[in-house]
Amino acid sequence: MVNFSYISFVLIIPLVVFLITGLFGKKVPALSGMLGTVGMLAAACLSYFAAYEYFIVAGRTDGVFPAVIAFKHTWLQFSPVLSIDIGILLDPISVMMLVVVTTVSLMVHLYSMGYMHGEERYATYYAFLSLFSFSMLGLVVSTNIFQMYMFWELVGVSSFLLVGFYYSKPSAVAAAKKAFIVTRFADLGFLAGILLLSFYSESLDFQTIIQRMMPALPAGGDHDGSIFLNANTASFMGVSALTWALCLIFIGGAGKSAMFPLHVWLPDAMEGPTPVSALIHAATMVVAGVFLVARLFPVYSQIPAALDVVTYIGAFSALFAAVIACTQTDIKRVLAYSTMSQIGYMMFALGVSGYWGEKGLGFSASMFHLFTHAMFKALLFLGAGAVIHYVHSNEMKDMGGLRKKMPLTNAVFLIACLAISGVPPFSGFFSKEEILTAAFEHNKIIYAVGLATACLTAFYMFRLYLSIFWNKEYKEHGHTEHHDEAPITMKLPLVILAIATLITGFIPFSAYVSADGRAVASEFHLIPAVIAVSAGLIGIFTAIFFYARKNNKPEMISVAFGNVYRSAYRKFYVDELYLFVTKKVIFNFISAPAAWIDKNVVDGAMNLIAAVTENFSDSIKTVQSGKISNYVMWFFAAAILLSMMIVYAF
Amino acid sequence: MSEFFLYLISIMILVFGVLTVTSSKIFRASVYLLFTLINVAALYFYLQYEFLAGVQIVVYVGGIVVLIIFSLFLTHRVGADLPGPSNVRMLFTFLAVLFAFAFCYSLLLGNEFPEVPFAGSSLSIREIGKAMLNYGEGGFVLPFEVVSVLLLAALVGSIAIAFRTKPKNS
Amino acid sequence: MSEMKFILAISFALFFIGAYGFLTRRNMITMLMAVELMLNAVNINFVVFNKYLFAGKLDGLFFAVFIITIAAAEAAVAIAIIINLYRKFKSIDEDDIDTLRW
Repeated sequence: MVNFSYISFVLIIPLVVFLITGLFGKKVPALSGMLGTVGMLAAACLSYFAAYEYFIVAGRTDGVFPAVIAFKHTWLQFSPVLSIDIGILLDPISVMMLVVVTTVSLMVHLYSMGYMHGEERYATYYAFLSLFSFSMLGLVVSTNIFQMYMFWELVGVSSFLLVGFYYSKPSAVAAAKKAFIVTRFADLGFLAGILLLSFYSESLDFQTIIQRMMPALPAGGDHDGSIFLNANTASFMGVSALTWALCLIFIGGAGKSAMFPLHVWLPDAMEGPTPVSALIHAATMVVAGVFLVARLFPVYSQIPAALDVVTYIGAFSALFAAVIACTQTDIKRVLAYSTMSQIGYMMFALGVSGYWGEKGLGFSASMFHLFTHAMFKALLFLGAGAVIHYVHSNEMKDMGGLRKKMPLTNAVFLIACLAISGVPPFSGFFSKEEILTAAFEHNKIIYAVGLATACLTAFYMFRLYLSIFWNKEYKEHGHTEHHDEAPITMKLPLVILAIATLITGFIPFSAYVSADGRAVASEFHLIPAVIAVSAGLIGIFTAIFFYARKNNKPEMISVAFGNVYRSAYRKFYVDELYLFVTKKVIFNFISAPAAWIDKNVVDGAMNLIAAVTENFSDSIKTVQSGKISNYVMWFFAAAILLSMMIVYAF
Repeated sequence: MSEFFLYLISIMILVFGVLTVTSSKIFRASVYLLFTLINVAALYFYLQYEFLAGVQIVVYVGGIVVLIIFSLFLTHRVGADLPGPSNVRMLFTFLAVLFAFAFCYSLLLGNEFPEVPFAGSSLSIREIGKAMLNYGEGGFVLPFEVVSVLLLAALVGSIAIAFRTKPKNS
Repeated sequence: MSEMKFILAISFALFFIGAYGFLTRRNMITMLMAVELMLNAVNINFVVFNKYLFAGKLDGLFFAVFIITIAAAEAAVAIAIIINLYRKFKSIDEDDIDTLRW
């Protein structure tokens, strides 16, 4: 039996670093950067060691990887059966997520040493980064759904702090608010789902919920399936309670993962510093929704209706985001929509998955794609950060022809774009091909959508790559200072992530991470692979045709598509719709009357009480006239009255 | 025969009391007060409490009334008339006092007192003195001491209150 | 009407005469005189009860003695206060001394 108690250090180290840099960092700013990076390096090493121990040393018991509770403490006990615990749960997906989060966080910490150099609030930045890392790590190892909810909110707060880091810019402040409010609104659904689910399963603990809600599981719990049946038949508006619970929980996940229609915060969140975007909006926070569905996947697999919701929303978001990304000109916005699209892939891969054995291919594919996507998307964002650092602008029109000036960035960016387009032998090919295979076996329409999105993905990614590094000659404008491509602290993470992108494709992922814990064989089928790769190649060549050299074909196409192009450029007016609903409908019909009631009715009642008291005291104040004879008169009268009372009444 | 004196003393008490509180000239009111107190002392003589009568005359009549007359002269133009109270006030107060007196009188009439016939001689000063300084059973030395402290406090207090501070610019 | 009750009635009457005087009079010193009347009435009350109900004991007598003592002290302090008030308000009419009001 392997002892995993050192895992709590993976959480404690970032927390301690947060406290130290937050409280004392301002005194020695340079030290806080190094402290944060070293701390995260320690945490990363611990999680690699834990992964090695979990998968290789401890291995399988009874053919499955066991779920290990490394630490559990009963925090709030409401009744003998209901309690909120704080604990650390290690099973395949959480160990994988530990590796992902610590690796990407380490890369971002290292990169920020160069990117944020000279920043006034350098120590505060590192404090926030550590806080975020702590929250995300706590989220992925939660044993208890309420503990996950707490860390969920913590993650939201940290992302608010990081996105709004440049708080003197009003657009950054607005973006931070928007992110927080939209995700908070989604968390309302999450909380409702938690309450519903825990009511029926009479527990808040993940393992207990899964055992009770999945009667087919061999391990203990609820053999006659009565709890599950109860939850599945109690219905509201024709839909069973369990379906409601799972859909509500998915709404929470959709908010965090920027699924349609709760995606509006993700593009605006690019106002934060670019390393933050790499950490939060590429690799870690936005996959929290996918992780949530994966964590509760045994329960989801019982309810096909909930899985359908997941599938369709995921697939639609993937296509929707891909179309918009084709028109955007801010490079970070393109990457944001690309993230939304890839997460849509992960979602619908979960949705088309079954649970047992071979049917669980979608689950493994989704987790695999999460892993590889984290690597190459972080690489894309960090590379974009290097470009922005060099050019001092986010717009594509200020770039072009940078391949000569920034050779390393050019190389790694190309690697990442090939990976995301699904070109072998890069990692994206393996994960995307598995997803498409799983979709093909389950639902042909979803497969078609996935394929079309793959084509679009390749197109807009290479549009991005070519517009930055090819297209035209680079003219330096404004400053004439000639600075280096990037300092070593920014180059090293790029190289490491590029290497990761190259080799992670060859990990036999589904042998380790799968829905029921058993190894899922993923064979290489030639025909589907060829179809997927050719879709990618079509996209790439189209992009080369349009963007390799500067020409007017893109403008002609945009004019030809006219309205469609314009709506895609304006992100299909979703933001305007939200603004309309909130400003015109909610503010006028709900907020204004509420304000009126508060000012007139509530405050009025208070003022009324005060006025009544004042008038009453005004009317009786003349009793205190200052004249002794008056006082004696009252005294005398009271004495007579009292004595009469005593004599006659008692 | 003694009853005649009792009635006489009582009437004089009441008459002089009424005159004290209703007289409009202040100096006359103080003199009526003096007479009232002397009659009360006479009542004590009638009740065979000579010591108390002596204390009453010495302290009350010889001390307090004199003090009052002194303060009258210090604060008043003695010859002038006192302004009286308003008629409403007089009537109201008179009715209230009458009502209260009626109440107490009815209580008095309704109650039966277990009288003990008076046997033995009147109290001598020796006995009174012994009781006053007796710290055993039935002694009054504690109130005696407390009252002496209180007198000291009143002495100091009245000096402190009436002390005229020197004016600042002298 | 026994003797005891008669004298008690006298003492009640004296007390209420004093009360009437205290409530009616406007001059501070005449109010003080009325207070003395009330105290005397109480003294008579104590003495009567002592003589007719507790013939052998001395409690009532001593009460009366101490009341006289305290009345003297109180009158002294009251005069001191009145003199002080006269210096401040230049009058000892109780209607003029009403600043401690609402």
